[in-house]
Amino acid sequence: MREVAVIGCGMTKFGELWEKSLRDIFVEAALKAIDDAGVDHIDSMYVGAMTPGLFVGQEHISALMADYLGVAPIPAMRVESACCSSGMALRLGLFEISSGHSDIVLVGGVEKMNDGADATYALATAADQEYEVYQGVTFPGLYALIARAHMHRYGTTRKQLAAVSVKNHHNGAMNPNAQFQREVTLEQVMNATLVADPLTVLDSSPVSDGAACVVLTSVDFAKQLKAPLVKILGSGAATDTLALHSREDITALKAVKVSGEVAYKMAGVKPSDIDVAEVHDCFSIAEICIIEELGFTEKGKGGPFTEQGNTALEGKIPVNPSGGLKSKGHPVGATGIAQVVEVVEQLRGKAGKRQVKNATIGLTQNMGGSGASSVTHIFKI
Amino acid sequence: MPSPRYRREMPQRYRLEAAKCKKCGKLFFPPRLVCAACGSKGFDKTKLSETGTIISYTIIRVAPADFATQVPYAIAIVESDNGARLTTQVVDCKPEDLEIGKKVKFVFRKLYTEGHTGIICYGYKAVLV
Ligand SMILES: [Zn+2]
Repeated sequence: MREVAVIGCGMTKFGELWEKSLRDIFVEAALKAIDDAGVDHIDSMYVGAMTPGLFVGQEHISALMADYLGVAPIPAMRVESACCSSGMALRLGLFEISSGHSDIVLVGGVEKMNDGADATYALATAADQEYEVYQGVTFPGLYALIARAHMHRYGTTRKQLAAVSVKNHHNGAMNPNAQFQREVTLEQVMNATLVADPLTVLDSSPVSDGAACVVLTSVDFAKQLKAPLVKILGSGAATDTLALHSREDITALKAVKVSGEVAYKMAGVKPSDIDVAEVHDCFSIAEICIIEELGFTEKGKGGPFTEQGNTALEGKIPVNPSGGLKSKGHPVGATGIAQVVEVVEQLRGKAGKRQVKNATIGLTQNMGGSGASSVTHIFKI
Repeated sequence: MPSPRYRREMPQRYRLEAAKCKKCGKLFFPPRLVCAACGSKGFDKTKLSETGTIISYTIIRVAPADFATQVPYAIAIVESDNGARLTTQVVDCKPEDLEIGKKVKFVFRKLYTEGHTGIICYGYKAVLV
């Protein structure tokens, strides 16, 4: 098994990209990543996307992207795992290089959600169509059910949920690629329009367009290239019941916990070793549950832990320095690799105003549906 | 929803049919082919209890197109008295009447109409008892 490194990364700005097509944004991010890596070719590629078929009527985007990137006939494959499609794609790139099948692999993610499709419907296809969506449930609704139960059981407050959004918008205001580069206040979050009680529109990640790509190679090959080298130390993925209601404890995201444990074990590190983390804050409550499951704080303490500033840029464990899904944006298929782009930039010390000081070990956690799939990666410079 | 899919789910939606693992006794709604608890493949046909308890709830304010005319509506995760959980609307009540731990009864109701020319979709909802 060969050690694998990320040697290049690139992403588009996230937001409503009305002037650019699905294929254009992917190619833009891919060219940036290839240029950053300084390689003259790639051997293979993986493209994470949740549902370009529903969003823009286009499937088979693996071949489409290879064609428009001008790299055909190399092999290309699309990976789908709802909102963690590209996080899962990264594993395949990792396996392909560690096994020795390829030397240079491009892994990217893309989604174009603003081209006129019913985004609420398209996203809901990641839930149980027959037994959740049939009853009228939405994704904000599923996370609201988690939030209500977490508040009831652990005393998590409405203000603590809002603290997640305030922190992430503060970070996103310093990210030139973020969809919403502005701060919000606790009052604004709590008094915003309700989407699914107790969650407001400012607890929720937006509908976004965007793409992100990384270039992977073996550590030995990376040394020959003299490229800046960020090693992938660990990779873990796990699943849980698709329907939220089938879980014994709906405040527990078991797939997140297991994906984290597997990644920590493979990397030989523990939660307290992590200097910076990008996690899947599709809704404010999700970040609270995830930091508990990843062991940054105890189960049930995610609310006060956040409120006390432990996850802020200068806190004990900075979480979502990019602004997270909330402020940076959440083009679902692109999110997993965009998290990797942020962590690589943080570890390289190139994150500008939102730079976490002395970061050497970083973590990304990307999740699908209401937590039915999760993938965690650990990186080291 | 395309009609063949709708028809297949009618036993669950109309009559709350469920399956109980012959080996470990775990109750599944809807029925499935393999027990997620013990791996056994033998089940007895049974039914959900017609009453249950609210595990969590929310009020949906932004709905998909099929439900857009119904907002705001309440959705809850309910545990039936014989131990299976499901997601259901809670109707005939005010949002402020809902609480975790309250008892509900399942009722047979219309859920939505499939577009202008499609079928009317029925199933279970819950009311407070
Ligand atoms: Zn069993």
